[in-house]
Amino acid sequence: MTQCVECGADLSLHDDLEAGEIVDCTTCGAELEVIDTEPPVLERAPELEEDWGE
Amino acid sequence: MVTGAQTTTDESDSSETITASVVGGTGFTGGELLRLLAGHPTFEIQQATSRSAAGKSVGSKHPPLRGSGLRFTDPGDLESVDVLFTATPHGVSMEQIDAFFDVADTVVDLSADFRLDTEAQYDEWYDGHTAPEYLERAEYALPEINRDNLAGADLIAGGGCNATATILGLYPLFEHDILDGGEQLVVDVKVGSSEGGAGGGEASSHPERSGIVRPYAPTGHRHEAEIEQFLGTSVAFTCHAVDMIRGASATAHVFPSGPVSKGDLWAAYRGCYEDEPFVRLAAGGSGVYRYPEPKAVAGTNYADVGFELDPSNKRIVVFSAIDNMMKGSAGQAVHAANIALGLEETAGLEFAGLHPVGAP
Repeated sequence: MTQCVECGADLSLHDDLEAGEIVDCTTCGAELEVIDTEPPVLERAPELEEDWGE
Repeated sequence: MVTGAQTTTDESDSSETITASVVGGTGFTGGELLRLLAGHPTFEIQQATSRSAAGKSVGSKHPPLRGSGLRFTDPGDLESVDVLFTATPHGVSMEQIDAFFDVADTVVDLSADFRLDTEAQYDEWYDGHTAPEYLERAEYALPEINRDNLAGADLIAGGGCNATATILGLYPLFEHDILDGGEQLVVDVKVGSSEGGAGGGEASSHPERSGIVRPYAPTGHRHEAEIEQFLGTSVAFTCHAVDMIRGASATAHVFPSGPVSKGDLWAAYRGCYEDEPFVRLAAGGSGVYRYPEPKAVAGTNYADVGFELDPSNKRIVVFSAIDNMMKGSAGQAVHAANIALGLEETAGLEFAGLHPVGAP
């Protein structure tokens, strides 16, 4: 089982995972980029930053 | 469900119905109770009482119940019922609790009358208590911190909306020993106008309230008593009335005495809430709604809880958003009643909200 790199929750990943794909964690909502598939390696995907008021 | 006909509980029947009445049915939380009970698979609304609107249709006060066939009845005509939900102003239920139990097996009170443990607390925070013998019997309605004691309870005390938001936000930090009670806690809650009730008043009129960010009860808010009771420590607590109708959004600033990592925080919040049906974690995930905000929970029984770590200031900032009339009142009451009566916890509370939607 792969864990979310943000919150540590177990992730259920589909079988035909591809590098570069973005998946999300159902526990914390973080978007995660698939870096490698065998075994799955995930990193936090970059987010657009808000700059309201800046 | 709504039938308008009196029925009785038959526990041997798989299609069991439990009769329920609402005392104080014209108020906002009374209306929310009726809306939830009308959609509940097991509860059957028997009466909704109102002194001022007796004889009028419930739909005339609460549009979601148009066509239900329900009419308000005078409180003096209260009939025997399985569960009595009381949505009356503070002080009424403690005066009438004996009469309530004369007609009902279970009383779920949405006021502040049975939330605190001791008469001394009511002397300090309210105007005393006229039925202190019931305080030990009452169980606080918030399942996330009191689920085990709710099973079988016959007097349930609904939590305060601002207290509910605050407790749900901070509880994991105490439960997982990130805080020990010696730290300074500062909580600011932004609240919608429905917290003031349906009665209105000068400060609640539209010209006066529209567009505001108005501090109220800047110190000494009564909900501090509940927060202290359940977290075991005092909080510096301030509310702002803001320009929304539904919602309570608590922001807590916490300064732990020792080092804390993001992993520690996730372990604490996941540990407390991962299996909770009505708490969702929103702590910097993806999309527009990365942290809790009332708009995302309006009309639902969900509490969205999140946090962020501020290492440079050795601060944790915690966010918690609820619909004050749902998770902060009527929804919490139905959730607690479901547990007390052994029903499916989520029954009648599954509505997930609307998106997109206007101001809550």
